[in-house]
Amino acid sequence: MSEPTTDYTDTLTIPEPKENLKHPLESYIRSERFPHIWCSSCGIGTIVTAYISGLQKSGLDPEKVAVVSGIGCSGRAAGYLRLDSFHSTHGRALPFATGLALGNPELKVSVISGDGDIAAIGGNHFIHSARRNIDLNIICINNFNYAMTGGQAGPTTPLEANASTTPYGCYEYPFNLPFLAESSGAVYVARWTALHIRRLTNAISEALQKPGFSFIEIISPCPTLYARRNRLGTGLDTMKFYHDSATIQHGADTREVDIEYQKKIIVGKFVDKDKPTFTEARDTFLNKKLGDQYVPYRRPNNGH
Amino acid sequence: MSYWRVPLDIQNVKIPKGDIHIITERCKGCNFCVEYCPRDVLEMSTDFNRKGYHYPQVLKQGACVNCNLCEMICPEFSIYCLEGEEKPPEPDQVLRKGENHES
Ligand SMILES: Cc1ncc(C[n+]2csc(CCOP(=O)(O)OP(=O)(O)O)c2C)c(N)n1
Ligand code: SF4
Ligand SMILES: [Mg+2]
Repeated sequence: MSEPTTDYTDTLTIPEPKENLKHPLESYIRSERFPHIWCSSCGIGTIVTAYISGLQKSGLDPEKVAVVSGIGCSGRAAGYLRLDSFHSTHGRALPFATGLALGNPELKVSVISGDGDIAAIGGNHFIHSARRNIDLNIICINNFNYAMTGGQAGPTTPLEANASTTPYGCYEYPFNLPFLAESSGAVYVARWTALHIRRLTNAISEALQKPGFSFIEIISPCPTLYARRNRLGTGLDTMKFYHDSATIQHGADTREVDIEYQKKIIVGKFVDKDKPTFTEARDTFLNKKLGDQYVPYRRPNNGH
Repeated sequence: MSYWRVPLDIQNVKIPKGDIHIITERCKGCNFCVEYCPRDVLEMSTDFNRKGYHYPQVLKQGACVNCNLCEMICPEFSIYCLEGEEKPPEPDQVLRKGENHES
């Protein structure tokens, strides 16, 4: 690669936009809202691409898929997807998604949101949706901080990491999200980074096809806040760090996959088991108790 | 030396070929595609787009093997490759050990 020149005098010709190029995923994105808000070399855009590819791969009908986000940089994902999508309030993506999934059992509902949104303000919803094994697919974009509001420390900020509210380094113990998800009842738990795009795409496709509460944690670069405050360089530097420090351990014991500051990151598919979903458990149980008196919920007018 | 032998059925082997398309105006210059292209097909331009970022351009014309990695890793939906016409490999294009990337 040639180094970008520092003498810009002869390069200031700004090219006219090229002929109409149409990205193959154009029909899945709301490109009329572009440029999107994500910073240069932020990983969230890559994850949205992986989500769309995973959805295509899963073979699900996009008309029967809904995406819900909470608030945050990650939470903007829903707004750029040309699917039925909803940008809910901070922390409330899961309750909204639960309502959608129970109200229209034909829908597959994904939540794409941040670590702060899902594990801090939305933490209670998270553990209880997992406990009830609601048929939801959770994509948690973990950038180790509350990025949108200025890089405050959150529930996943590793010990020692600098954040705007922990200028001497973080002294709070972080959550180990895969362990939290598994112990709360999730039937599918995986962790990947924004660099593992092919494996991430496969995981998203698998999780979308999995009935019940599936959870994928995706470690993602935040060059503007987390990496800058910790002098970790650009998003590309963070990606290189993932390349060097991520080790794949499928089936790893989730108790042992904590993330320490700038140490190794264990990735892989940790949990994949079968368990009746909330709706299945409810219908079987009440059928047993009430027999013919029990009329299972069906969406009125068959969904139209 | 480090070269593998040329496969006997090299005439029957087709290397996929990709045509790269770059929506330069969407690019925010993250460099992911340039860095991770397993064939080093791309380089950063010295020109700027309207947003003031350098964007990728094709350095090695015809070297793309349509693996789609640039398309998948791009956070801006600004690069993609479409299948071009397949062609038989040149003997020196046979993969050498350690050359294929993992991601
Ligand atoms: C009820 C409420 N409290 C606080 C906020 C302020 N707020 C907006 S985004 C955010 C944090 C988002 O963090 P995360 O979910 O990790 O997303 P990121 O921006 O890191 O992708 C906070 C605290 C809010 N919008 N609403
Ligand atoms: S602040 Fe961080 S997480 Fe938010 S868009 Fe920028 S790089 Fe991405
Ligand atoms: Mg965050």
